[in-house]
Amino acid sequence: MIYREAGQFKTTYAGDQAVFPIVQDRVVVALAIVAAFVVPPVLAGEYWLQAVLIPFLVYAMAALGLNILTGYAGQLSLGTGGFMAVGGYAAFKLATAWPGLNVLVAFLFGGLMAAGIGLVFGIPSLRIKGFYLAVATLAAQFFLIWLFNRVAWFSNYAPSGTITAPDREVLGVLVTGPNSTAAVRYVVALAFVVVFAAVAKNLVRGRIGRAWMAIRDRDIAAEIIGVHPLRTKLLAFGISSFFCGVAGAELVFLYLGSAETLAFDINQSFLVLFMIIIGGLGSILGSLLGAGFIVLVPIFLTNVPHWMGLSMSVALQKQIEVMIFGGLILAFLIVEPHGLARLWQISKEKLRLWPFPH
Amino acid sequence: MIAETLYAVLVGPFRDIVTGPLFFLEVLIGGIAAGLLYSLVALGFVLIYKASGVFNFAQGVMVLFAALTLVGLIERGVPVAVALLLTIAVMIVLAFAVERVVLRPLVNQAPIILFMATIGLNFFLEGLGEMVWGANVKKLDVGIPDESLKVAGVLVNKLEMTAAGTAAVLVAVLAVFFQRTRIGRALRAVADDHEAALSIGIPLKTIWVVVWSVAGIVAIAAGIMWGAKSGVQFSLSLIALKALPVLILGGFESVPGAIVGGLIIGVGEKIGEVYWGPLVGGAIENWFAYVLALAFLLVRPQGLFGEKIIERV
Repeated sequence: MIYREAGQFKTTYAGDQAVFPIVQDRVVVALAIVAAFVVPPVLAGEYWLQAVLIPFLVYAMAALGLNILTGYAGQLSLGTGGFMAVGGYAAFKLATAWPGLNVLVAFLFGGLMAAGIGLVFGIPSLRIKGFYLAVATLAAQFFLIWLFNRVAWFSNYAPSGTITAPDREVLGVLVTGPNSTAAVRYVVALAFVVVFAAVAKNLVRGRIGRAWMAIRDRDIAAEIIGVHPLRTKLLAFGISSFFCGVAGAELVFLYLGSAETLAFDINQSFLVLFMIIIGGLGSILGSLLGAGFIVLVPIFLTNVPHWMGLSMSVALQKQIEVMIFGGLILAFLIVEPHGLARLWQISKEKLRLWPFPH
Repeated sequence: MIAETLYAVLVGPFRDIVTGPLFFLEVLIGGIAAGLLYSLVALGFVLIYKASGVFNFAQGVMVLFAALTLVGLIERGVPVAVALLLTIAVMIVLAFAVERVVLRPLVNQAPIILFMATIGLNFFLEGLGEMVWGANVKKLDVGIPDESLKVAGVLVNKLEMTAAGTAAVLVAVLAVFFQRTRIGRALRAVADDHEAALSIGIPLKTIWVVVWSVAGIVAIAAGIMWGAKSGVQFSLSLIALKALPVLILGGFESVPGAIVGGLIIGVGEKIGEVYWGPLVGGAIENWFAYVLALAFLLVRPQGLFGEKIIERV
């Protein structure tokens, strides 16, 4: 009834190709963004911001990056954790070496460094494809983590090898470090996600995105119609790693506060891969939904026995949690292999016809 | 400075090899033994990949699960032989369950979806195994002492030799099974071409159960050997990550590839760690295998024995 495009005529090409062609979509998205900036910092408690919303935003950033590479350009990567580590450590080095610098610039620098490393590890993708490439990207994961562990320079010679986010202000407000408030860090993380989701959306619907999808769907055919495989694949690796690098910097500065290489291990790579598959490969919205799902499920599983009044040992609970998590992923893949984004699309179609489905 | 570095990298290790041939031989044998253990894990991957095109990430956890079940049964007073049979039965039941619950509903999905499903299975089995049998480190005693003896002046580990022998026997049995039996022929047919196999009346579902069962039994063998070496514990599932470079080196579709790849990785890793590791501060085992495999891949993208990739538009 409310959600339909009847009467909305597109008279220009620009209008036809808009990201949100329907007025209702534009209104809802604008309202949602405003609400996201205003409501949680005012209403949500420290726990919700710190344990749910900030990790969601950080992982959403990483999922956006991986979805560009895997969902759009079709290059399966298991090196996300390694690229995030590059971003985290690079941002840390720059922020501590140059205390007067705006810390947001350090985040972007982390992204750029990760992009450079991503380009290097993307080179094998020209010859190696599919699962062979996935295993090859594991080389990046293990090598980078080993490097950050081994070379003390990266952690400023901290004896424990831990990097800690320093206190830094942006426009007079404390943004990072142990004394900053969760609300401020949430707003910063949200701003990054909103801006970069918009960037990603516009990348994938333009010439570059079409080239990525052509490579994904059939790389030889794409090459024949004039898509340059070297440039296209490396661009995907670079941009994807940039997103992951920024996410890594956020992970250290906005979410964890201090981290060691363990925070970037192989499980992180799998987690982000889960997010984009459960959210939907080749979908910007899917990256966000998937990140939300994967962040929420463990929290939910941890709290359910508590709510139901069951008491069990911590170890047993952890094992059951792992088991249910695995089971849920299986169930989810069987029910909807195309992810949450597809579910959203289906429900939108239904909504357009409601309440007269015939 | 540069000359010194070059010397340390390019000359020093080789000088050490030449001046200490016995030590080099020990490293080599250690590498071969470790490599065969990798091969055992990689073998499970290859079997499943060949027959169903599924990249089974859960193979490592299957190794852990099998070992946990075996040790758990022995701890509860079941005789070793009976425990072994029961574990085999459990792995076969698991194969049936996987085929029915995971593979059948996901038939015809993209490979990456199936890959994800096996990672889900990975978590599920990990939680289940530890819930049923407990998460503490268990000792698996197979009656072979983990000690070394000198053969012609070279130190050899008894346990590693037994593992190597087992791996060799297992591979031989599998080779006979694949080449000489009816089911083996059907398996090869499915591996060649799913649709053609279906059209001449080979039941795909049965084949998948058989293949997952065989992979489960290979997992038991790997679990026993690794468990006897380093105790049955969660880290056992991580050897799956060690088997991956073996796979890409040997080629996903090739049983001999898994063996040769395992040997190359095992030997390369040990030699790299012993002779070149100290130059960069050690602990290079984690990534050295991957870089080695990556270097190979750049020359042969389908691995050493993988099927030649023919691309058409």
